[in-house]
Amino acid sequence: MKKMHYLSCLVLMLVSWSCNDEKFLDKDPTNILTNDKVWQSPNLVLTVLVDLYDRYPDMQSTERWVEYANFDEAFASSSGEYYRHKNQEYSYDWWNYWDYGYLREMNLFIQKCEQATQLSAGDKTRFLAEARYLRASFYFEEVKRMGGVPLILEPLAYDFSGDPTYLQHARAKESEIYDFVIAEMEAIKNDLPADANVKSRASKGLALATEARAALYAGSIAKYGVNTPQVSLPGGEVGIAADKAAGYYQKALKAAEELIALGQYSLYLKKPTDLQDNFASLFTDKSNNAEVLFVKDFKLKSGKTVDWTINNQPRSVAEEQQGGRLNPSLNLVQSFEKLDNTFAPYAYTEANGGYRYFSNPLELFAGRDARLGGTVILPGSQFKSKTVDIWAGYILANNSIITGDNFGSRKVLPGKTTEEQVVGFDGPIDGLEYSAQTGFYVRKYQDPTVGSGQLGTRSEVWWIRYRYAEVLLNAAEAAFELGQSAKAAEYLNQVRKRAGFTKDLVAADLSFDRIVHERKVELAFENHIFWDLKRWRLAHVVWNGNATDLTTQPGVATETSTRIFGLWPYKIYAPGTEQNGKWVFKKIIPSNVTNPHRFRLGNYYSFINEDIRNNNPKIVKNPNQ
Amino acid sequence: MKKYLLFLLLGASLTACTFDNYDPPSSVLKGRIVYKGEPIGVEYNNVTFELWEPGWGKKGSINVTVDQNGSYASTLFDGNYKLVIPSYQGPFKSIRNAETQSDTIPVQVRGSQTLDLEVLPYYMIRNATFTGGESKVSTQFSIEKIITDASAKAIEEVALYISKTDFVDVRTNIAAQVIKGADLKTMSGIQLQVTVPKLTPTQNFVFARVKLKVSGIEDPIFSPIQKVTY
Repeated sequence: MKKMHYLSCLVLMLVSWSCNDEKFLDKDPTNILTNDKVWQSPNLVLTVLVDLYDRYPDMQSTERWVEYANFDEAFASSSGEYYRHKNQEYSYDWWNYWDYGYLREMNLFIQKCEQATQLSAGDKTRFLAEARYLRASFYFEEVKRMGGVPLILEPLAYDFSGDPTYLQHARAKESEIYDFVIAEMEAIKNDLPADANVKSRASKGLALATEARAALYAGSIAKYGVNTPQVSLPGGEVGIAADKAAGYYQKALKAAEELIALGQYSLYLKKPTDLQDNFASLFTDKSNNAEVLFVKDFKLKSGKTVDWTINNQPRSVAEEQQGGRLNPSLNLVQSFEKLDNTFAPYAYTEANGGYRYFSNPLELFAGRDARLGGTVILPGSQFKSKTVDIWAGYILANNSIITGDNFGSRKVLPGKTTEEQVVGFDGPIDGLEYSAQTGFYVRKYQDPTVGSGQLGTRSEVWWIRYRYAEVLLNAAEAAFELGQSAKAAEYLNQVRKRAGFTKDLVAADLSFDRIVHERKVELAFENHIFWDLKRWRLAHVVWNGNATDLTTQPGVATETSTRIFGLWPYKIYAPGTEQNGKWVFKKIIPSNVTNPHRFRLGNYYSFINEDIRNNNPKIVKNPNQ
Repeated sequence: MKKYLLFLLLGASLTACTFDNYDPPSSVLKGRIVYKGEPIGVEYNNVTFELWEPGWGKKGSINVTVDQNGSYASTLFDGNYKLVIPSYQGPFKSIRNAETQSDTIPVQVRGSQTLDLEVLPYYMIRNATFTGGESKVSTQFSIEKIITDASAKAIEEVALYISKTDFVDVRTNIAAQVIKGADLKTMSGIQLQVTVPKLTPTQNFVFARVKLKVSGIEDPIFSPIQKVTY
């Protein structure tokens, strides 16, 4: 026992002895980079910045397919996600966002960058402008979701005095946050490269596009906020005064036109002979794509890849036992106009209520906006050069249906002796996950390259956050709201020509409904519909909780659309009649759509958590919650 | 030596247990939201009011949810509370409290008590009667406009809802007839009728009530729920 004591004393002495040698311990760490090291090298600073870029907030994106199923655009064909169609209402804290940790790191970056002495002036200016771009984008996201938030522009430090009240900041006005975003974009636009090839980092074009979008949002909140006077707070943290609308619209139009005048961006038109395919390629073509302003990029074999195609590829042509999760709704599919600029639901029944017969399912969708086929995989259309297999079964002469309950089920048809396929390899089969339960699959962003649907390969298609067509639509909306309908029509027509419309809209054709509709079809599955309906104060009108039938007026902005409908193609099996082998359609509502969507006034601005308000009593609660 | 240490540890842990052991709240504050003694029907889970108990480190309200028939109940510790009905809650305006000269109502909780909260609704649905038969449910009712001064609001719509269970509103109805406020010709003897759809499993009764939505107010007002056989 005593020996042990001596031994340990000896070891202790040895250790404490060697500790005295300062040189021994004072070594540069090999596993972390210190501040001093980082701020000497532009490459290392860029890696810090890349992390900040990586944390850019998106609500819906190709990395989170399921967020598209929250509203009326699509059905989630995955058994764990059916609840999105069964909820009676959206909880008040859905979509909340309060990432002040991210903000602090951006503020620290800006502070350190300003103090850095060993960077070249050019690098420094660009890094600073990029960090300020990201910080403004953060505030833009905050104000979209939460309304006015505390505007903190420097890293806060606690002095350990026991009294943190000096760190508690009240919420800024909603308009102040928008003003900040607009002012920052103006301030940094000339520090950023005016280069259309810069797409995954901030550029001058992107600053102008962000400014236009932010000003447009602020303008519409000011203008349409009068329809929901309850959605406001006395301190202005939520709600913008109506008299500010015109000013914001002017700023939006000015920024958008400045971007257009740069002449660096244009609508994607590499395949003018096939506009559907052209529209689909716009999202997947990463070489010299002049429409794209800002992306989150992915790269194969780099660990940074995306699984949108794996999750959503048609089951019949899938490269894995995966896919088919997101099914666009008939609500969206019928919103695409006919090429004569008119709206109409699909004519799948005769005037007397009987079936209309088609020799090919695509016939029903012919003569529509080219964006339809570019956004949605329709029954009978092709993906990866293979025809998808969407058909719900056979209808017999006596109107009874023969179908199966699994992909491509086989049964014996009456009058025959051998089994044959009675339902498509893509379904639709009600309640069977990954089948096209609405009769449609999503096409936008789906990667046509081989291997994109394999778990081991995945896809490197980028996620586009800003593109030129949206800038044109923003310009059109701002011009329209300012009473310049002719100019608005001109911008809209550019986008519409690319969608195959040959007859231009004139000033008299323009209406608010037109603007709403154009954004809905052009920007479907691009993280817009939710923010758009919110800023127009239409969300509680369109998703009002009433279980109404599918609208017959898809061009009207205020039409209720709370439940997801589908359209199923069937084949006729009636040997000896002229209808044998023809196609018919039936409108359905998936059995998992049990409740209508209901957007309450308290959903316009998300709930600020109890914890946040407890820690900072200056934070006021959002209205109607 | 070791034994004592063990006992000491055991003792310490035992006493620590009593530190945060106190009785659960037992005083029940309950009542109804009323206008002149008549309860005001609302949607379930959508109308709340706040109870604040000052004097604690953290600030946060106890949110009390009002039931469909206008009743509420909350189990509380004894204490002095401040009751506030936020202005955007419910199809009514709160009445200025004489004591606080604001919309705050002081509530002393000393044991269970019943407290009806008097409010000023925009409208009341009067004398709603429901009859069923031949797969139809019909109702007759009158509307009384309560607030008639400058803050009066128009009727956005009235509706008859029927439901399989006794949760009856826009979310749970199986059939409804809705009339827009602008199309409402009279304020008394209004008649609405719905056809009961086929129910699985079959049941020979439904629950019905009438909704009135005031324009510019999110929460509608409802008549009492009634079970109707058809």
